[in-house]
Amino acid sequence: MKKLVSITLCLLMMLSSLVLPGCGKQEGNVVNVYNWGEYIDESIFEEFEAETGITVNYNTFSSNEMLYSSIKSGGSKYDVIIPSDYMVARMISEDLLLKLDYSKIPNMKNLDEQYLHLEFDPQQQYSVPYMWGTTGIIYNTTMVDEAPTSWMDLFTTDLRSQVLIFDNPRDCIGLALKALGYSFNTTNEEEIRQAAELLMEQKREGIVQAYVMDQIFDKMINNEAAIGTYYAGDYVIMAEENPDLAFCLPEEGANLFVDSMCVPSCCENYDNALAFINFMCRDDIVLRNCDAVGYSTPSATAHDIMDPEMAEDPIIYPDEDVLEKCESFGGLPSDVLSFYDHEWIRICLAKVKPKFS
Amino acid sequence: MRTKSAAVPYVFWMAVFVVIPLVLIVVYAFTNFDGEFTLENFNNIDVFLQVFGNSVVLALIATAICLLIAYPFSYFLAQEGPIFRKVAMLLIMLPMWMNFLLRTYAWMSILENNGFLNQFLGIFGIGPIHIINTDVAVVLGMVYNFLPFMILPIFSVIDKLDRKYIEAAQDLGANKRETFRRVIFPLSLPGVLSGVTMVFIPSISTFAISKLLGGGMSFLLGDLIEMQFLGSAYNPHLGSAISLMMLLLVLVATLITNRFGDGDEGTVLM
Repeated sequence: MKKLVSITLCLLMMLSSLVLPGCGKQEGNVVNVYNWGEYIDESIFEEFEAETGITVNYNTFSSNEMLYSSIKSGGSKYDVIIPSDYMVARMISEDLLLKLDYSKIPNMKNLDEQYLHLEFDPQQQYSVPYMWGTTGIIYNTTMVDEAPTSWMDLFTTDLRSQVLIFDNPRDCIGLALKALGYSFNTTNEEEIRQAAELLMEQKREGIVQAYVMDQIFDKMINNEAAIGTYYAGDYVIMAEENPDLAFCLPEEGANLFVDSMCVPSCCENYDNALAFINFMCRDDIVLRNCDAVGYSTPSATAHDIMDPEMAEDPIIYPDEDVLEKCESFGGLPSDVLSFYDHEWIRICLAKVKPKFS
Repeated sequence: MRTKSAAVPYVFWMAVFVVIPLVLIVVYAFTNFDGEFTLENFNNIDVFLQVFGNSVVLALIATAICLLIAYPFSYFLAQEGPIFRKVAMLLIMLPMWMNFLLRTYAWMSILENNGFLNQFLGIFGIGPIHIINTDVAVVLGMVYNFLPFMILPIFSVIDKLDRKYIEAAQDLGANKRETFRRVIFPLSLPGVLSGVTMVFIPSISTFAISKLLGGGMSFLLGDLIEMQFLGSAYNPHLGSAISLMMLLLVLVATLITNRFGDGDEGTVLM
């Protein structure tokens, strides 16, 4: 009998543990927002709450893949998420996003036409662009002999142990693809293999100092490395701390990323989600977020009224002809994605050749 | 009957935090994305043998270094007076009050090329030595983080040694070295074995240390598993299969050390 009781209680615990942690179970009028870390001015939530009476539950993630696994595994309930372009495409193809009712997002008209109908959402049915930016090369002017102009400059042996590279397969293999003159979105395994070989050779030759993501802030600010690859918006923040740093958008073109607000299929507060997205597109809110984050806004009306120093910064808002060379990450078929992972593990496993010089 | 009802909370605990996760890992390891039974996850594993090798070697080195430091330390500490002991123990435990990631981050700024260590060596005109982003840094991070797990069990075993055995050995004519070799060391083995297990297991599964101190230059089992769950390669099935293999590896390692423990006090291990 006791056994039966304890087994029943165990089962109850199991069930409750399955049901309860899905956040957003709080009473009342809420919207559950899941965003990148350090990617919003959190003070706007109070304003949203005061205007609409909707409480914002805010959580953050650190990579598109982390966002994907929490949505895909179904353990969490979010109403608004902010994935990047290629992840939007992947989520659309796997039915993880809901179509948006744009009639409830009137501020959408503020957005510049050129950020709509992009590769990842050609019909513009699932997403509302939030921020965009480019990747590029950040270098320390006192530590390099010649300013880099191309992704290929990351692969020269003059820079032994001075190079920091993206620590994720899409960005890392992507930059090598660009260096070789291929597209970010190639599905040709031979081209991807060549890019991976280039990166492995770079690692074996001891050119790479480390594969990093946000650790690059400390390393570039403290002159640990001469050259690194990261996002333009983050360069602006690093350069405030270390004036020796400079940014280069490589001549082959870089990744133009667009992070978009979407509603996942596990959403429970659809109307609140749309209200929040609409709020986020309002000019005054856009400006506050831009100030806090340093990335570029797709809003034409907000760009017109922002501080001219920021609006005309060629790193945050590059010229047309520079942007023309840039390319966005599109969705890739799953067999290509698993080939990426296969090659990425080979890169991770490559050993630095011991040097006897 | 009363003792049984007192066990109920522990049964919950075990069920929710031990049995269910284990069952989930096994289920995931033997299924694919469509939920069908498959052994395919284990076919892929031979690709990762190199990662296994890498991790085992680094974890073994870290364990050996921990043992070399911890044994003499515990041995001499056990001979000291109570106040000295308390202070020393407090100092060993003190870093563990801080978050593990924070401590590892701190080592990052110590070991960096322009870090504290090289600045300090620079005063004497030595260096700079290049440690960060190498396997040396990873092993150092493991030793630093897991050393207390080696010291504590060894110390507590040596400390509780019955002095009578040592006196008996001396009475029978054993010199200091002989006493240590034939009495103290064999009696302290259970502590050594549990220390070895407690350092080896977290060392082999760590991923934060290799990310932060290794700069992604050395790739360990923990990194591989993390990649399957939070990385680009979202594949919890493969991740579970690798975890299961690691579980087996650790189980084998534990069985081997248990065998050395030879019964009586080997129970400290599990």
